Amino acid sequence: MDESRPIFIQITEQVENDIIEGTLAEGAQIPSINEFATFHRINPATALRGVNRLVDDGTVEKRRGIGMFVTIGARERLIERRRADFADTYIRPLIVEAEKLGLDVDQLAALIRAERIES
Amino acid sequence: MTTVVRAQGLTKRYGSFTAVDAVDFTLEEGRIYGLLGRNGAGKTTIMQLLTGQLFPNGGELEVFGRTPAEHADVLRRLCFIAESQRYPEDFTPAHVFKSAPWFFENWDAAFAERLVADFRLPTKRRIKKLSRGQLSAVGVIVGLASRAPLTFFDEPYLGLDAVARHIFYDRLLEDYAEHPRTIVLSTHLIDEVANLLEHVILIDQGRILLDRDAEEVRGSATTIAGARAAVDAFTADRPVIGREGIGGLASVTIDGRLDQAERIRAAELGLELAPVSLQQLIVHLTGTDLAGTAEQEKAA
Repeated sequence: MDESRPIFIQITEQVENDIIEGTLAEGAQIPSINEFATFHRINPATALRGVNRLVDDGTVEKRRGIGMFVTIGARERLIERRRADFADTYIRPLIVEAEKLGLDVDQLAALIRAERIES
Repeated sequence: MTTVVRAQGLTKRYGSFTAVDAVDFTLEEGRIYGLLGRNGAGKTTIMQLLTGQLFPNGGELEVFGRTPAEHADVLRRLCFIAESQRYPEDFTPAHVFKSAPWFFENWDAAFAERLVADFRLPTKRRIKKLSRGQLSAVGVIVGLASRAPLTFFDEPYLGLDAVARHIFYDRLLEDYAEHPRTIVLSTHLIDEVANLLEHVILIDQGRILLDRDAEEVRGSATTIAGARAAVDAFTADRPVIGREGIGGLASVTIDGRLDQAERIRAAELGLELAPVSLQQLIVHLTGTDLAGTAEQEKAA
């Protein structure tokens, strides 16, 4: 766990990443609160808080007495949301750093293209 | 949420020394609390008051709705594992575990047996022949297997190695998840337990310095480092809780979260932002640089 950010947010993001990457398929069951807590060595209340955020935004649904499952369409919705946040999270810090180094937009674009070709 | 402990103006004096100075706090059912602070801050005294081992000089104290001292029905629901727990001279760990059910109605002998195996504790050896770490393991096993509704661990692991400590954390979490109860952990190894805690109470010189949800505390402070002028400009109107510097460089810790816009501005100013762990925050809050406890620490 990364110390700089609230752990419950990291739990939420980790499940979201697993859904986006396909590790957790739609309709699949996610681990229980106690499994999250013991695996990450965190307080169960923290794990619950992280998972409740997934329930609140409809990524995961509770089935009473059985467990929690990824909803249908969750992956598509998550990707959409991540795309909307992409500029703030990645592009702006990139531009700040590029400007510090005296790289203009065209040079930056060229660098990105070169990376794509290499990888 | 049921309140298990309610303290109001709780005070304990030893002669002219005030160990616990009119503190107010509550403990709720089913949570794991961290009772943190420096040596001599008053942590053990508070736990001794809560477990009826000491009488307060002032204030109100209710544990399970009654004053703890001399109320058997309250004391039966408590388990206090002290830093240096004493046992009768010729006792073996086996004797300790065998007599435990007399004191703890929820005692789980099978769980205790599993823990004995986990900690590789020799149960037939006499207590006084045990190593410091093995002695601590006896206490930890009693504390866990007793499943007392209110359990105190006061620096439970003197001499326990890193492996044994992690066994303790794992078993504590697993068992707490299965059998929720109120647990108070007092320790100096804050980094190790930080993520286990739901709530943090920080004591300094007999007073409560911080009484907050652990998630709120995490990331509630930030260290800003860089050129002194830029750091000073950025932190000018913020509550500073720590300050270090060398030459033209400064590193200032502020109480408060930075939002996205502030983070971007800091990056534009060429400042480095670093998270502050619970342990670092506590060092800042109770350290000598701003709190000014150096004199008392020498006297103690």
